Order: sequence, then structure tokens, then C-alpha cells
Amino acid sequence: MAERVERPVLDVSRLPTVGFGTHSITWWGIMGMMAIEGTVFVLMIASYFYLHSRNSEWPPHRNPPDLLWGTVNLGLFLVSVIPNEWYRRRARKGDLRAVQIGLVLLSLFGIGNVVVRYFELWHLNTDWSIDAYGSAVWTLMGLHVLHLVTDLVDTIVLTILFFTSLVEGKRFQDAEENAAYWYFVVAFWIPIYLVIYWAPRWLHA
Amino acid sequence: MITTTAIESTAELTEQERAQAARLDAVWSEPRGFWGWFKAVHHTTIGKRYAVTAFIFFLLAGLLAGGMRLQLAFPEAHVLSNDLYNQFFTMHGSTMMFLFAVPMMFEALSVYFVPLMVGTRNIAFPRLNAYSYYLYLFGGLMFYIAFLCNTGADRGWFSYVPLAGPDYGPGKRPDFWAQLITFTEVSGLAVAVETIVTVFKLRAPGMSLNRIPIFVWGQVVVAFMVIFSLPGVVLSSTMLLLDRTCNTQLFNPAVGGDVLLYQHLFWWFGHPEVYIIFIPGTAVISTIVTTFCRRHAFGYLVLVLSLVATGFMAFGLWVHHMFATGIPQIAESYFTAASMMIAIPTGAQIFCWIATMATGKVVLKTPMWWALGFFFTFIMGGMTGIFVASVPVDLQIHDTYFVVAHFHYVLIGGAVFPLFGAISYWFPKVTGRMLSETLGQITFWLFFVGFNITFFPMHLVGIRGMPRRVYTYPPNMGWTTLNQIESLGYVLLFIAVCVFLANVSRSLKTGSLAGPNPWKAGTLEWATTSPPPHYNFLHLPTVNGREALWDAAPNQPVVIGLDEDARSFLTTRTLDAEPEGRDEFPRPSIWPFLAAIATSIAFIGSIFTPWGITIGAIPVAITMIGWFWPERQPAERRRAREIWQSE
Repeated sequence: MAERVERPVLDVSRLPTVGFGTHSITWWGIMGMMAIEGTVFVLMIASYFYLHSRNSEWPPHRNPPDLLWGTVNLGLFLVSVIPNEWYRRRARKGDLRAVQIGLVLLSLFGIGNVVVRYFELWHLNTDWSIDAYGSAVWTLMGLHVLHLVTDLVDTIVLTILFFTSLVEGKRFQDAEENAAYWYFVVAFWIPIYLVIYWAPRWLHA
Repeated sequence: MITTTAIESTAELTEQERAQAARLDAVWSEPRGFWGWFKAVHHTTIGKRYAVTAFIFFLLAGLLAGGMRLQLAFPEAHVLSNDLYNQFFTMHGSTMMFLFAVPMMFEALSVYFVPLMVGTRNIAFPRLNAYSYYLYLFGGLMFYIAFLCNTGADRGWFSYVPLAGPDYGPGKRPDFWAQLITFTEVSGLAVAVETIVTVFKLRAPGMSLNRIPIFVWGQVVVAFMVIFSLPGVVLSSTMLLLDRTCNTQLFNPAVGGDVLLYQHLFWWFGHPEVYIIFIPGTAVISTIVTTFCRRHAFGYLVLVLSLVATGFMAFGLWVHHMFATGIPQIAESYFTAASMMIAIPTGAQIFCWIATMATGKVVLKTPMWWALGFFFTFIMGGMTGIFVASVPVDLQIHDTYFVVAHFHYVLIGGAVFPLFGAISYWFPKVTGRMLSETLGQITFWLFFVGFNITFFPMHLVGIRGMPRRVYTYPPNMGWTTLNQIESLGYVLLFIAVCVFLANVSRSLKTGSLAGPNPWKAGTLEWATTSPPPHYNFLHLPTVNGREALWDAAPNQPVVIGLDEDARSFLTTRTLDAEPEGRDEFPRPSIWPFLAAIATSIAFIGSIFTPWGITIGAIPVAITMIGWFWPERQPAERRRAREIWQSE
């Protein structure tokens, strides 16, 4: 029989089961998703400027996108950061009522963003099939729409969940991380807004 | 002599331990029955599926290569038509890269071994892991079903525009290729995130960064490379599909598009891809060399930093695939220099292995033979790599068989040799039985000789001007004899793989029992039974050195205090692996499978209509919500026992 030694133990039974930020493995997962999607955004922006470098006129033969709706959406995104940060902090305290209110607000903001985005698409002043400029604008926009809509669906599902009896610590982690992901959607809108709306103006001059 | 450790002595269980094992087994066992197969979430189950599936694709792509070698064995032969030949080499290349090399070297090895080697009970995000496997499987099936319907991809494994674009690539062949990429990239990215989180947060207490096994370091570096490089091919293949099905003009030069944009994006991914394939290989070699030289690896820090440096440099080389496209000379000079620089970290690793062997006690078992074969082959490939990195030489031999020889030396040398080494090394762990040593060595020598007979003459025939991707050649070119030698070499490779398969099937039934640690190795996967139970370790280990088992103290502590009625696991801090918190893996579920079906319908649908993605997204969303939606009973149990992190 193998020699048996009485083994000392490392008792972990008092360690927390609910942690936020770097303590939560789903937080790391979300960071991974952001790294992937952020790289896609960066490469798409690079492709936009690469195509610009291959064209003598940019945008070719037409007006750049109208500023109004894109700028309205930028404003909406920036304002949404306030309730977003508020409920993110309250989620870390386990404040159910605040998280419920915050998620409802963010769902409404998301719906608002999508509605304004619809008008934005009508005022891009280009079609994706006309030339490479149009394709680049629509692809870049499409990528952001994809993230906006995905996050909106996530937020609505989480909002509904927070009005059921299934709420537990893990769901507060979800709420906190949902807010973090919204920051990503907002943060990438700023460069994309500048590229889609301002780059044609600046590059034209 | 190596002290085997206390951790290993679980072979003899006390009454109390047997009861604990039964409790763990009840909680962690995989669901049974037909539907149980689709609900499985343990990393050993999914890892095995990845390995078997990827190996089947390896065999299929190998058979395609046989078809090509038969066609090329005689000038002006008509075994394959030119059209079929185009499909053969494209299917061969795409399968080897996307359905074999990455899923095998990264996904299969990482999913199966990383959680064991860091001493935890499952991979992070096990349901995502299952989902990633099904997507990979469905992508591969789609690709081959299309091939059987005479719609096999035929524009090369990189599917360049304009050849694959809407003007010159009629039919649906390039679309199936583009969606194969989508399937495999989603699975690769999912496993990359799982691997990083598993290694950053789920390591055994005491396994600080400087004690992580080199194999695990390799997989982490690869995971980061996957995260930052795959987006390149995500974009290029999506743009290709958009140009083909939605009339975008991204690659159409007539209206401001640019075909080189495709190449830049593709090779942003494509070059790191090569290292994604061979970094796990070199990490396997470090592991095998350590075990079979009976000493800690020489220069651990150098080995790890070399892997990291290779990972970074991989992103500065992509243009060397585009030297013949007329890019500015200053760019060519930069990328030549960068390409040659990659020899530095690789060379550093080779010197560390040599030092380990020179100062250790080399045990020449089959895995070690594969490691030695790797040295020869990979260094040869590296040498010709220096040739092709230099612009004048590259322009001369671009698109000839010299390049084919070069990358087969690097990829077979860098991935397939280590893979066979890895299989002979870890087969006992995964199956509980040893492979035959005799058959293993026969396989090695047949493969090694066959490989060199097949691929060495390609250098010569390439220098003599034979271009790649031609389905035949006239008899008076001076290429015939060399081609015939190559085809004979293929026969040896074929026999080698047959012997290997015979060895596997025989050993599965009658191989001698392996026991927990047949090689007396030092990493944690050897601290549990072979094959490991679904809870991996009866006692969660703690770690005292780089080779956890060799360095374990006689009274090395074990972890207690995790809930035994749930799939609990311990999280530790990223840098020093101090215990930080407790968490719970989700239970087995059918939802990842359903979500994979819905995703596959959306992906395949989008080959035929853009609505495939828009409408197809609805079932995807529904299944993902089903997957996410919590179950009441576990939620209540967790809530009752919750301890919140103090802020």
C-alpha cells in the first residue's frame, strides 16, 4: 500500500461566491468579447481609410452623410452613460430596485438609439451597392447596428429577468457586466461617428 | 530519482474518500442516453470530440492529397480533371488549415488539457465550449457535403479576389468556403476566450504566473493571437460574402474597391495563423522534452518569453505573403527584416531544448522520437523560410513548389510531428491504455522517411520552375522523375498513418493499463486517474513549483470547502494564484446544441440570401435566451448560500 501522509488542507469555504469586475469569470469573458469585436471595428476603420487612399475623390460624386441624426444619436449615447454608471454601481451593492430602474431606463435608451439609427440610415446619402465608399460606410454602420441591437436584446431579457423571482447574486454580476458592455457600444460609436460623418468632410477639404 | 508525489497516491482510497468520489461523480457525471450526448459539457468529453473530428478531417485531407499525388505522378495524366483538381487542392488546404490544424493543435489540446494542467474541474464557460464544438462540426460537414455535390471550394485555401469575387467566381463554391471560415472562426474565438479565462482565473492555488506549465503558456499565447488575428479573416470573408450576395463593391476596382484590401485583411490573420498552428507544437515539444529528459526545462523564462515574443512578432509579418503584388519597396524591406527576426525567439527555444537534452537523461520513447523528428523537419523549414523572406528570392520562387515544400516542412514539422508526439504522450491519459511502443516507432520512421521523400524533392522541382496549383505538366519539363519520387513518398506516409490507426485501435482494446502517471511526468494532468473522472481531481491540488508533481512538498495541501452538491470551482488571482472566490459551472444542457443548429441555419442560409442572417438571427436569439435563462432550483440554492465580495 502506498505510503499515506496526513495532508494539510486549504479551506476555501468562506470565500465569496459573488464577485464583481476581475473577480467574476463572466467579466473576463465579456472583456474577451470586447477585445475580439473591438479588433473587428479597428480593422474595419482601417479598411475604410485604406479604400480612401485608393480613391482620388472621397466621397465620390456625392454629399457626405447628413450630420443631424448621427449627432443626435451621439448625444443620446453619451447621456445614457449616466444612468448606466448609476445602476452599474448599485448592482455591486445588490440594490434590486435601482438595478430594475436602471435596466428599464437603459432598455428605453436602447430603443431610442435604434429608432434614431433608423433615421440615420436614411440620411447616409449613399447606397452600399454603388461604390466602395458606400459599401465601407454601410459595413461600418452595419457592424455597429449589430452590436447595438444585440445589446438591446440582452438588456431587455435581463430587465425581464430582474422582475422575476430568479434574481440572485449572479444576476447582479450580469447587470454589472451588461453595463460594462454598453460602455463598449457607446465608446466605439465615438470613433465610428467621426469616421462616418466627419472623415468625408475633413478628407474632402 | 524523481520523487513521485503524495498527490498521486490517491490510487489507494480510504472509505471516506470513496464516499466523496461517489458524491462528486453524482454531480459531475455527463448525462446518458441518446439526448445525453447532445447535452454533454465536460471539457474532456468535448476535447475528445474535437480531437477525433479533427483527426478525421486530417485523414480526409490526406486522401485528397493522395488524389493530387496520383494525378501528378505522370505528365499529362487525366486521373482528375482540372476542375476537380482545383477543388482537391482547395479542399485539402482549407481542411488542413481550418478543420484540422487549428481545431487540433489549439482547440482539442487546449480544451482537453489546459483545465487538467492548471488543476481545475472544467473549462471556463463549458456550454460555450459545447456550442463551439457543434459549430465546428457543422461547418466541416457543410463544407464536405457541398464538395460531394460538386460545389467544393476551388479558389485556393485563401480564396483571393477577384478570382473568388462575383465576376470570376460563379456558382456557390466560394460562398461555402467563406461560411466555412465563419463557422470555424466562431469556434476558435470561443475556445480562445475559454482558454484565457481558465488560465487567468481557474489555476490551482500556488500556480503563480512563473509556475504555469509551458504547454499552457503556449496555449494562452495562441488564444491571444486568435483573439486579435481572427477578426482579420472575419472581415475579409464577410466582405467577400457581402460582395457576392449583397452587391457591395469593396473589392471592385471599377468603382473604388481594391483587391489588395482582401489580401491585407486575410494575411493579417493568415500569418499569425501559421504560428497559431505551430506554437502549440513547440509547447508540446517543451513538455515532451522535459518529461523524457527527466529534468525541468532549461531556460523556462526564455521559453515562455520566446512564445510571447513570437506571438507579438507574428502580427508584423503579414506582407511577406504579398511581395509579388507590387507593394512599395520600403514595405518589402521592413517585412523582410521582421520576417527574419522571427528566427531569434525560435532559435532561442531550440537552444533551450538542446540544453535540456544535453544536461538531462534522455529516455528515447516514441514521443521523444517525434520530438527529434520535429527538430530536424522544423529547422529545415525555418531555413527555407529565410530564403523566402528575402524579396529577390521570393520573387523568383513565388508560386512554385519551393514554397509548397517550405510550408509543408514548417507546418508538418511544426504541427503534425508534435501532434503525433502529443498523441503518443497523452494517449494513456485520455484512454487509460498505452500505445504499442514498437508500432509507434515504426510509424515514426515510416512517417519521417516518407515525409522527406515526399516534400524534399518539391524544393528542387520548384527551383526548376514547376508552379503550384497546376493540375498537370508536359513530359519534357524535367519534372517527371521528381514528381514520381514525391508520389512514392506519399505511399510511405499513407502506410505510416495506417500503422498508427492500427496501433490506436489495437491499444484501445488490448493496450497495457497506463495507471495515473506512466511517464513519471511532472504536470498536473498526471495527478489523477487515466482517464480522468468528470470531476478531474478527487482532491483539488495546490502547487509548489513549475512541475507540480516533481516539486510537490511531501505534505502538499489539498483544497477543501467547495460545495459538493453543485459543480463548484475555485477562482484564484491572475498573477499569484491566491484563492479568491468560489463559483459554479452550469449544468449540462441541450441549449448549446439547439443554438448551434439555429446558428448553422443562419450561416448556411446566408450563402443563398442575405435574409439568412437577418431572419435567421431570430431563432439564434431564442435559443441563446433559452441557454441563458436560469433554472429555479439552482438559483435558490445559490441565493441561500451567497457570500458577497466585500468592497
